[in-house]
Amino acid sequence: MDISQLVFYTFAGLAVASSVLMITRRNPVYSVMYLVLTLFSVAAIFVLLEAHFLAALQVVVYAGAILVLFLFVIMLLNLGHEFDPDIRGKFWWVVGFGLGLVLFAELFVLARSVPEAPESDLLARLLADQGAVGMVAEPLFENYVIAVEVTGVLLLVAMVGSVVIAKRKV
Amino acid sequence: MFFESLVVSAVLFAVGVAGVLLRRNAIVMFMCIELMLNAVNLSFVAISRYVGIEGQLFVIFVMTVAAAEAAVGLAIIISIFRHYESVDVRNFRLLRW
Repeated sequence: MDISQLVFYTFAGLAVASSVLMITRRNPVYSVMYLVLTLFSVAAIFVLLEAHFLAALQVVVYAGAILVLFLFVIMLLNLGHEFDPDIRGKFWWVVGFGLGLVLFAELFVLARSVPEAPESDLLARLLADQGAVGMVAEPLFENYVIAVEVTGVLLLVAMVGSVVIAKRKV
Repeated sequence: MFFESLVVSAVLFAVGVAGVLLRRNAIVMFMCIELMLNAVNLSFVAISRYVGIEGQLFVIFVMTVAAAEAAVGLAIIISIFRHYESVDVRNFRLLRW
């Protein structure tokens, strides 16, 4: 077992463990912290899968912006202490983890049916040619430029919409 | 590491589903949805190594949609909290059956 596999299993275990801790902590602030840990571990797995730019994006956008937004709302609504216990009873534990197991079994069978990884690694050549950012940016701004523009409009709509929804009625 | 990444992605997705079913706090349910989106991102990245760069481009779009969804969803949660003084989904009966 070489070093990259060791690192992979470490971060995979960390991601799974902290995601389970995330859904079982009673305090929502702890849940956010464990979610940050999960997202960082997934970013590390992205690095091992040669998606360096996406790993940086994951840390900046997810762990940096979205999770801060969650934490900000929790602090704003003062849910960090005096929270009601919100985890459902025994029945829902069985249902939740049972359904989760069934879903995992399905996805596992699906992943097994994916054909074996081919010998030629497409991205390694691209990465050597264009660098980590260039290999994502060039197709993004050539083939998918309309999608990028539409996504910009989506962000604008989301921004205006959230301002209108959260605004106090005057 | 290809197959293992897909398995990790499946585990994270299943944990996210279990979390949505298990919790009553609307914000934590939202965080579980983010976890599921991230699991899908992981499988996209794993597959993109052998299929082409498109997988990574889709991850960028998924991240954008996740950011927009988080902003709108948290705005809805804030306005619900103003109304009911709680983020417990048991209290939101208006749109239920």
